Amino acid sequence: MATIEVDGKTLEVEAGEMLIKATDKAGIYIPRFCYHDKLSVAANCRMCLVEVEKAPKPLPACATPIMDGMKVFTKSKLAREAQKGTMEFLLINHPLDCPVCDQGGECPLQDQALGYGKDESRFLERKRVVASHDIGPLVATEMTRCIHCTRCVRYGEEVAGIMEMGAPGRGEYTQIGTFLNQSVDSEVSGNMIDLCPVGALTSKPYRFAARSWELQSHASISPHDCVGTNINVQTLRDQVERVLPIENTEVNDCWIADRDRYSYEAVNSDQRLTVPMIRDGNPENDGGWREVNWESALKYAAAGLLTVIESSSGNHVGGLASASSTLEEFHLFQKLLQAMGSSNIDHRLQQLDFRDDSTASRFPISQLPIADFSNLDAGLLIGSNIRKEQPLLSLRLREATLKNQAQINVIGVMDYEMNFDLAQNIVSNPASLVNEIALLAVEVSKLKENDVPEQIALLASPNEQYNDTQHLAAISNIANQLCSKEQTMVTLGAIAQQHKDASVIRFIAQWICDITDARMVILPPANSVAGWVANCTPGEAGKNTVDMLAAKLKAYVLLGCEPELDHIDGQSAMNAMLAADFVLQISAFKSSNVMKYADVILPMAAFTEAAGTYVNCEGRVQKSSVAAPPKEESRPAWKILRVLGNFMEFSGFDQITLDDVTSEVSFENLSSPKGKTQENSDTTIHYHHTRGLQRISDTPMYRAEATLRNAKALQKTADNPPPAAGLNAKMMEKYGFSDSDLTLVVTTNGEGNTVLPIRLDNRVPNDCVYISAGHLETAPLGADTSVSLEKA
Amino acid sequence: MGIDIKQLYKTFSLKELRKGLGVTGRQLFRKKTTIMYPEEKTPKSPRFRGLHALRRYPNGEERCIACKLCEAVCPALAITIDSEEREDGTRRTTRYDIDLFKCIYCGFCEEACPVDSIVLTDIHEFHMESNGERLIEKLDLLKIGDQFEAEISAARKQDAPYR
Repeated sequence: MATIEVDGKTLEVEAGEMLIKATDKAGIYIPRFCYHDKLSVAANCRMCLVEVEKAPKPLPACATPIMDGMKVFTKSKLAREAQKGTMEFLLINHPLDCPVCDQGGECPLQDQALGYGKDESRFLERKRVVASHDIGPLVATEMTRCIHCTRCVRYGEEVAGIMEMGAPGRGEYTQIGTFLNQSVDSEVSGNMIDLCPVGALTSKPYRFAARSWELQSHASISPHDCVGTNINVQTLRDQVERVLPIENTEVNDCWIADRDRYSYEAVNSDQRLTVPMIRDGNPENDGGWREVNWESALKYAAAGLLTVIESSSGNHVGGLASASSTLEEFHLFQKLLQAMGSSNIDHRLQQLDFRDDSTASRFPISQLPIADFSNLDAGLLIGSNIRKEQPLLSLRLREATLKNQAQINVIGVMDYEMNFDLAQNIVSNPASLVNEIALLAVEVSKLKENDVPEQIALLASPNEQYNDTQHLAAISNIANQLCSKEQTMVTLGAIAQQHKDASVIRFIAQWICDITDARMVILPPANSVAGWVANCTPGEAGKNTVDMLAAKLKAYVLLGCEPELDHIDGQSAMNAMLAADFVLQISAFKSSNVMKYADVILPMAAFTEAAGTYVNCEGRVQKSSVAAPPKEESRPAWKILRVLGNFMEFSGFDQITLDDVTSEVSFENLSSPKGKTQENSDTTIHYHHTRGLQRISDTPMYRAEATLRNAKALQKTADNPPPAAGLNAKMMEKYGFSDSDLTLVVTTNGEGNTVLPIRLDNRVPNDCVYISAGHLETAPLGADTSVSLEKA
Repeated sequence: MGIDIKQLYKTFSLKELRKGLGVTGRQLFRKKTTIMYPEEKTPKSPRFRGLHALRRYPNGEERCIACKLCEAVCPALAITIDSEEREDGTRRTTRYDIDLFKCIYCGFCEEACPVDSIVLTDIHEFHMESNGERLIEKLDLLKIGDQFEAEISAARKQDAPYR
């Protein structure tokens, strides 16, 4: 500790800390542009110059370490003169276009020019003009306004992990921009807009839409991932205009992912469903569809479902809920289905293997608090493209690798590009994924001198394909890290959870965690944890998503989901829906596919229009607020479900407020989420690769739910490529394809086929082809694991 | 309570009345200040604040850049603006409504405007026949601006030395 004096005030501060940090804590404001708490110190804007006793010249507060007995004057004549001079230089080349600049009104340069600048300009020479380049659909540039604080450059380099912006040129010729006119493709690029102290980087979808002073702020929670990002939804005259982060150091720090920032575009899009619709089969109407009022729609829906229940039984009704529904929606949804006499309730549309449902309480909750991701010493990611699945957790892993030299390892099926350095990167293939993890378990058991269960030992056969010493050395290296390091974790990503043997992977991973004291982290999509809390799962008697679709039930109730795109096996989902007698969809968006099979479509409010509770992967319960009223005739989904319960004359649907619904949910589950290894787990392998190529599939980050699919700007980004069959260079040569050739992809059972362009993708391992899910074009392939390619 | 002789004299001699009529009598022969409105009109200050108008540049381009400063400064909340990026990339309004019933003709909007777009003309003779007419829209405002540009610019020029 050191004692310093700032403007006559004595402060007890950490010695060696930068002066600006201490004054910020003490509430003494020093003007700044380049300094940011979460970024390294650059000291290039010189705005924070202060007078320090015995120093011959003013010193930058952001780069002056504190020494005991220091006397600092932030408002002395010398300091003021220095700040005024800096301001004058900064304004020399800055255009006076504040009235048309989106930063106007919330611009540090504007504010500080008023507070610290001169009232008149003495500069009569020519101003510098810098050409702006298009850097993608999310961030708009106006580089003449840039003051070279390099916050965006440092953000890319330090936080996001990909240096997309740089500062080539020197002096007058310095220009901030992307290299070689590339676009900014980072999944967290929007944060640059918040960091930019001037209007050089602004939001493209928000461009010229509103001014900062007329917007109203609403604290909310992002529904798109399991982090529970705190967002500030800003509205103008009841329309959402933009989304900004709310700082919460325990959850999202001060960052948000692009999908949290830009998904609001869907809420305002033309694709919003605003009126209840029923299909009464009258051919005079468009496809038999007719817009009706709420009462007739609800009556029609209730009658349709009751007919099915009376003619067969409640068991012939299935309920599929989107993982991004709120806790209250999940609760009322399962309550409604239960009241109908059905236990066929599920929200896990991205899962194929449910074998461990009965044997273990696999509550998909992270046993590692989100904040501790930054403090890891070692970790293992299994089948996870964490950078695209959970961008904010990926930033934390990057922080851990930089701060703690954490050793993060990957065992996966594709060579995904991460934004942090990997200690070991084992690129296996879907067929050998279980094998790799079993091998790791064997290595761990050797180190811990603990017998590996026989089931796991049987799965661990050294793979011929990878049977080299280097490969085994990598695995034993991972085992070594998990056993020796203190703060460790094993994470199961989306690909591991979608695997046909996901339960086996979970079983082995849990065993490894039990033995090594690593924290088990399961990262479920969106608000899945709330789905579990609200018991929106089939339980003992009910059917899970896959069984529900395979059984071709007579009626389905869909909450916020479009199964043909949201379910991992789009084809069987579509077939089941088409075969059903009655399908009720509650959704916020129009979809021509849904119109093909649904009988009633009820418009629900979007995530900004309905309050609700979200539970993130660490079990943190957070509430979102209403930012804007539901568009036109749409209503919050919980109200729709509640009134539908009334129309069907079930008891227990008399809640008046949202809190009434929330209070019905028991959060007991959350306190005892710990899963444990079950000795009698079924570990038979279901993944069988016979011939052809192994298909690797994941859901691209902006295709995962209807809201994202309707967000215009996000759909134009590089993270949303059109569907294609990705092959590595070696495989392209082997099969005689070249880039963008058309190919006919046929599943090995011959049931599904589709024509896709070939794309060179060197992330794909040998004998595999990458075909993403979440597209109609790839849906016919179902969830099949082996495909063959023919020239089309 | 005695009798006030002075007051009695004043009352019965009609002094006050004659004094007043004296003023009238003098005014009778002075130059007249009343005018025959509406045939005749008094001269107006170049700073007169009447009906609003949106101006254009000489090349025909609208001046307004949708900065919304007038909307922010308006004490009566009479202005409503929606903005967007026009095809050529410039910032423009898609809606510029002034509620003439709310407006208090303070002229702050004109003071706030960085591009001299919104102005208060010296037109004070306007009326509405139905309620909806109190809202004047962007196109109406531009039309007024186009029609009276000569007068508007002359008045600004006249007032320029004092600004």
